Amino acid sequence: MSKLFPKSANRLPLQIVIYLVVLGGIVTAATTYYATPKYIRVGYAPVQPVEFSHALHAGNLGIDCRYCHSNVEKSGHSNVPTSQTCMNCHSIIKANSPQLEPIRASYASGDPVPWVNVHVMPNYVYFNHSVHVSRGVSCVECHGRVDQMEVVRHEKPLSMGFCLDCHRAPEKVLRSPELVTKLDWVHPKGMQGQIEDGKKFVHDWNVQPPQSCSGCHR
Amino acid sequence: MAHAAESNYPTPTILQEVKPAVLPRATLVENNRSFGWVTDKICGIIEGKTPTWWWVCFVLAAIIASFTVAGLIYLVATGVGVWGHANPVNWAWDIVNFVFWIGIGHAGTLISAILCLLRQKWRTSINRAAEAMTIFAVVCAAIFPVFHVGRVWFAWYLFPIPTANSIWQNFRSPLEWDVFAVSTYGTVSVLFWYVGMIPDLAILRDRFTAAGNRLRGFLYGLFAMGWRGSNRHWSNYEMAYLILAGVATPLVLSVHTIVSFDFAVSLIPGWHTTIFPPYFVAGAIFSGFGMVLTLMLPLRAIYGMQDLITQYHIDCMCKITLATGTMVGYAYGMEFFIAWYGANPYEGFAFINRAFGQYAWAYWIMISCNVLTPQFFWFKAIRRNTALVWVLSIFVNVGMWFERFVIIVTSLARDFVPSSWGYYSPSVVEIFTFFGTFGVFSVLFLLFIRFLPVMPMAELKAVMPQGDPHGHPAPASGHGDHGAH
Repeated sequence: MSKLFPKSANRLPLQIVIYLVVLGGIVTAATTYYATPKYIRVGYAPVQPVEFSHALHAGNLGIDCRYCHSNVEKSGHSNVPTSQTCMNCHSIIKANSPQLEPIRASYASGDPVPWVNVHVMPNYVYFNHSVHVSRGVSCVECHGRVDQMEVVRHEKPLSMGFCLDCHRAPEKVLRSPELVTKLDWVHPKGMQGQIEDGKKFVHDWNVQPPQSCSGCHR
Repeated sequence: MAHAAESNYPTPTILQEVKPAVLPRATLVENNRSFGWVTDKICGIIEGKTPTWWWVCFVLAAIIASFTVAGLIYLVATGVGVWGHANPVNWAWDIVNFVFWIGIGHAGTLISAILCLLRQKWRTSINRAAEAMTIFAVVCAAIFPVFHVGRVWFAWYLFPIPTANSIWQNFRSPLEWDVFAVSTYGTVSVLFWYVGMIPDLAILRDRFTAAGNRLRGFLYGLFAMGWRGSNRHWSNYEMAYLILAGVATPLVLSVHTIVSFDFAVSLIPGWHTTIFPPYFVAGAIFSGFGMVLTLMLPLRAIYGMQDLITQYHIDCMCKITLATGTMVGYAYGMEFFIAWYGANPYEGFAFINRAFGQYAWAYWIMISCNVLTPQFFWFKAIRRNTALVWVLSIFVNVGMWFERFVIIVTSLARDFVPSSWGYYSPSVVEIFTFFGTFGVFSVLFLLFIRFLPVMPMAELKAVMPQGDPHGHPAPASGHGDHGAH
């Protein structure tokens, strides 16, 4: 009766354990890196129908965000401007630019310009722009330095953890509502000053960001 | 040691006068069987040709199991609404079935852990099958809460895994405790079962290899992990088994305690009582022994194992069933007493409603099966009538299912506010899904009988009269030095 197992089988249990530990480590690391919104969403920068440069308009020219996204303080939904808003200036400035052809076509026909949505909230999440903007959460917190972007890209993960970081410690981001569209503003006294003032805002405005499930998943 | 004591000290004369009665210990393997007979008998089940009855049962069980599969596919495809529970009865058959199956598993853990630590040697004939029953019951139990979450692909949310959602489970919820209790229970049960089986798998490996069936020899050998039966192996094995018994012992009590917390921690009248943990544990062991009897008696008859599962074993199981069944009956009475003594009108109503309300039929089925049925086991004549014991064990199973039904459904159907009262009836999908789990269980158990040793051969040999050749004559043996003196 010959042997059923070679002598090397003695090492097999240890080898299996090592293999499983290594495999588990790789799977965990890969999932953590590749399967979270930090990787999946960040960097999304679709080609838009018009090469609109936020860096030029909001950065160099210094147009306030709310000139175009005019409902952001009053509405739960932040509007993308209609072509009429563009034509306020572009009926005079670069009135014949071939790049602006889709804008003029939209202005003439009344059909909206098919802008591609960059920051998409899933339907099961309730998000209200006005309540954040009018209580001093700057655009930059969720959208990044749009005033430096030639093409708008998804800068922040906007994962549930991302939302909860703020909802658990709002004093770290709250600023005076006049400053919400100043994307380059940081507290002059640094983080220390930010937290001191933030706590004051939290207290004065009775800021109670919901952390229960139904706060956002209504 | 006993011999030494006798030689050193003269027997006190008073003892000679009163002549203490000699209480013979029961023989655990009858008819003076040899070690070889035990091995041949148990390995023969696996080595022999697949019997026709096995195929008939297996096909039947597989067909029944398909009901569960079909029911669950329909549920996933359609939504959890295909089950009958809705406001106000949001927990119904799913949780009833979960508690029912989890409870059945408890006999296995009790037999393998507590009876091991208490040196109850009669456990050896039934512990392997009872442990298998435990594992398969946990499998059946897990189906229900997992699918009750509705979107079953999110069931992994139950485990505390760090995700981009930055939230954790609610560790104050007994439902979360359940996740840990049941998964620990399942893991330890599998470990216990497997570790106990290693020497037997090695026997099968050697027998198959010797018979020239190298494939099966290889497969059993793979799981025997190189067992050679050396002194060092046995020494480590015994220690590992003892440690596992120690680890599993608290689980016998903790798992069903935590299951009972699912109810006791809430505020629903009829649930919010401190008696629940001991009451549930007693009920679980009761139902578990009911199921052990239901499974072991046919097994004993089919394979002619009367010498291995003796009348003494059946007596022991019947007595535990009687004891735990009576405890459960005491708990039923005590619930009423507390409801009256506590002077809470909602609690009082909950219990009067249980016994005389819309679900009174279920309550009285429960009482007759759980309280009255085990009382028959007081009588030796009934314990000796194997067919009758088997029928009574079925009643125990039915009764324990109804106990969970009564507790869960009556309390929810009639809570504080009459405007939210309702009546629950199961849907067809729910009934079929539950019915199918008996098929799932049977398929697994039949596979176990066919491919794994149903009794621990090595342990059996240690408690046989032949395992104690220098000890005591047959009637007094089986328990080593602690026999009659």
